[in-house]
Amino acid sequence: MSKHTELGLSEEEVLEMYRIMLTARRVDERMWLLNRAGKIPFVVSCQGQEVQQVAASFALNREKDYSAPYYRDVGVVLALGMSIKELMLQAFAKAEDPNSGGRQMPGHFGSRKLRMLTGSSPVTTQVPHAVGIGLACQMNNDDAIAFVTLGEGSSNQGDFHEGANFAAVHKLPVIIMVENNQYAISVALNEQVACEKISDRAIGYGMHGETVDGNDPFAVYKAVKQAADRAREGTGPSLIEAVSYRLTPHSSDDDDRTYRSEQEVKQAKENDGLISFREYLIAHNILTEENEREMEQTIKSLIDEATDYADAAPYASPDTLLDGVYQ
Amino acid sequence: MPVVSYIEAIKTAMEEEMERDERVFILGEDVGKRGGVFRATEGLYERFGAKRVIDTPLAESAIAGVGIGAAMYGMIPIAEMQFADFILPAVNQIISEAAKIRYRSNNDWTCPITIRAPYGGGVHGALYHSQSIEAIFANQPGLKIVMPSSPRDAKGLLKAAIRDPDPVLYFEHKKAYRLLKEEIDNNEEVIEIGKANLLQEGADITVITYGLCVHYAKEAAKELAAEQGIEVNLLDLRTIYPLDQEAIINAVNKTGKVLLITEDNKEGSIISEVSAIIGEHCLFELDAPIKRLAGPNVPAMPYAPTLEKAFMVNQDQIKQAMLDLALF
Ligand SMILES: Cc1ncc(C[n+]2csc(CCOP(=O)(O)OP(=O)(O)O)c2C)c(N)n1
Ligand SMILES: [Mg+2]
Repeated sequence: MSKHTELGLSEEEVLEMYRIMLTARRVDERMWLLNRAGKIPFVVSCQGQEVQQVAASFALNREKDYSAPYYRDVGVVLALGMSIKELMLQAFAKAEDPNSGGRQMPGHFGSRKLRMLTGSSPVTTQVPHAVGIGLACQMNNDDAIAFVTLGEGSSNQGDFHEGANFAAVHKLPVIIMVENNQYAISVALNEQVACEKISDRAIGYGMHGETVDGNDPFAVYKAVKQAADRAREGTGPSLIEAVSYRLTPHSSDDDDRTYRSEQEVKQAKENDGLISFREYLIAHNILTEENEREMEQTIKSLIDEATDYADAAPYASPDTLLDGVYQ
Repeated sequence: MPVVSYIEAIKTAMEEEMERDERVFILGEDVGKRGGVFRATEGLYERFGAKRVIDTPLAESAIAGVGIGAAMYGMIPIAEMQFADFILPAVNQIISEAAKIRYRSNNDWTCPITIRAPYGGGVHGALYHSQSIEAIFANQPGLKIVMPSSPRDAKGLLKAAIRDPDPVLYFEHKKAYRLLKEEIDNNEEVIEIGKANLLQEGADITVITYGLCVHYAKEAAKELAAEQGIEVNLLDLRTIYPLDQEAIINAVNKTGKVLLITEDNKEGSIISEVSAIIGEHCLFELDAPIKRLAGPNVPAMPYAPTLEKAFMVNQDQIKQAMLDLALF
């Protein structure tokens, strides 16, 4: 039996997962071009993390679960229902951007319609929020769960500890997924933590902890699916660590050549989960030359369209500056 | 009408709101079985159960942050900070998150949380159980801050805070808990947030203050009226952020002489902003310089009774300051 059928995933589902991962990558690449062309002032990338982001999102109930994504989660927000056009609108900071109407920097996602909590810049504040959602779900006998992501460096913040502990004490339906991309800006993993795995910390909270290869969509899907099942059954939260690599500089304002070797990045690019997943799909005859070409073309034309639309869309009027401070 | 203490008024407000709306719940340290270290939630655990009166782990950022998450879900949390002094670990959640959720999401998400915190000195609480920390939050649009001065206000303002669609910080004075008592009828009074309260009208001087200092000012004004015939125009700010500018301006213009009082340190305090408003709007109506009475600029209130007394603004000081201003 193949890996996807073992997990109960259909050919359509895995192909859809790949399409969204590829979309995230292509959107991100376009954003860098737009940044370098002086069209948008800032990009923070998902590249290298799309596989885990999309695979994890597919393990959720996308009709009812809540999410609190962090700034790299282009794959998550696409999988949960944000459109390419909406992503471009936030990159261009236009009034129509559903995340914040252009008030926040790109990568600060949020949509009430998608049950995606609004995020901020200080890292890790979203963890207690997701725990609060879990608490509210438990109080209301709502079988939705909360899925929250953050980087491995961010797992050192107090809010990580406070949130994780609270969730475990009250056995709340929460999945905390640490996207370990080996760097927090320039600071490498071994200078962030002394434990072998971020998931080791789960023991201290009395919750399930697990480290998976973030480049392996099946491993991520399985871990998050099981975590979601446990959460829904009332057995409490889980800490999932998905290990991958940040393929780009931290952001468009960073120069990663000052702290890591090009050789290291080159090697990581060879291990890109998007490549191995593509090979898997080809080997299983799910992705063919023909549907791949079509997929790329469709994505490109959607991105072109979205870019033109967002570029031409108006900014928020200065008259709106004072709106939304209070009801 | 029953006589109700300040702390009973707080408890009753929560009880009535929890009764009225199932979404209202309490979370904080020792709020459940113990009923709060000051007994502000006494009996609520027994009445509403452990799911609506939640004993949390000892972690203030989580108390605020988990409350914020639940509020985004659609619940109405009342988060208790055991002492206002210990709200500091939660400041990031309050200022970066609660205050900005509506604005940053362009009105998509809202955060109707109430955060209660006992503040104030004169209770042998020393540096870390006596502070007035409202000024830290009082320049954060998106937040509202109320500080009740009487049992009636404590009840009406807490009900308003709980019903407010935005985050409200509710600072209650520890010394007022059992010191202040008054008759409150059992009605459902909700006191509007954002409006100051002109407690008494007078033609000679204006006093503007909030919280427990209102009580001292009222008593001092009574004595001055009896002894010297001086009539005090007394404005209780009630909401210290955002300030009721119109009420401040009207109160000052009425007498042309104004005394501002806070228990907090003078520098950068609430009354600093009040005096800026007065300077901006009332300069030509003033017959005397703005007078401020506040705690000294030391880090916080010391423990030893002599030092604590020397720190606290008291009724005698207030009376003297009122007299000096009246005679100016
Ligand atoms: C509280 C806080 N401190 C510092 C920063 C600046 N900052 C933004 S991202 C970042 C690194 C985060 O690294 P990690 O958590 O590993 O996530 P990654 O960016 O690698 O995905 C830092 C230091 C911040 N946003 N918030
Ligand atoms: Mg990282």
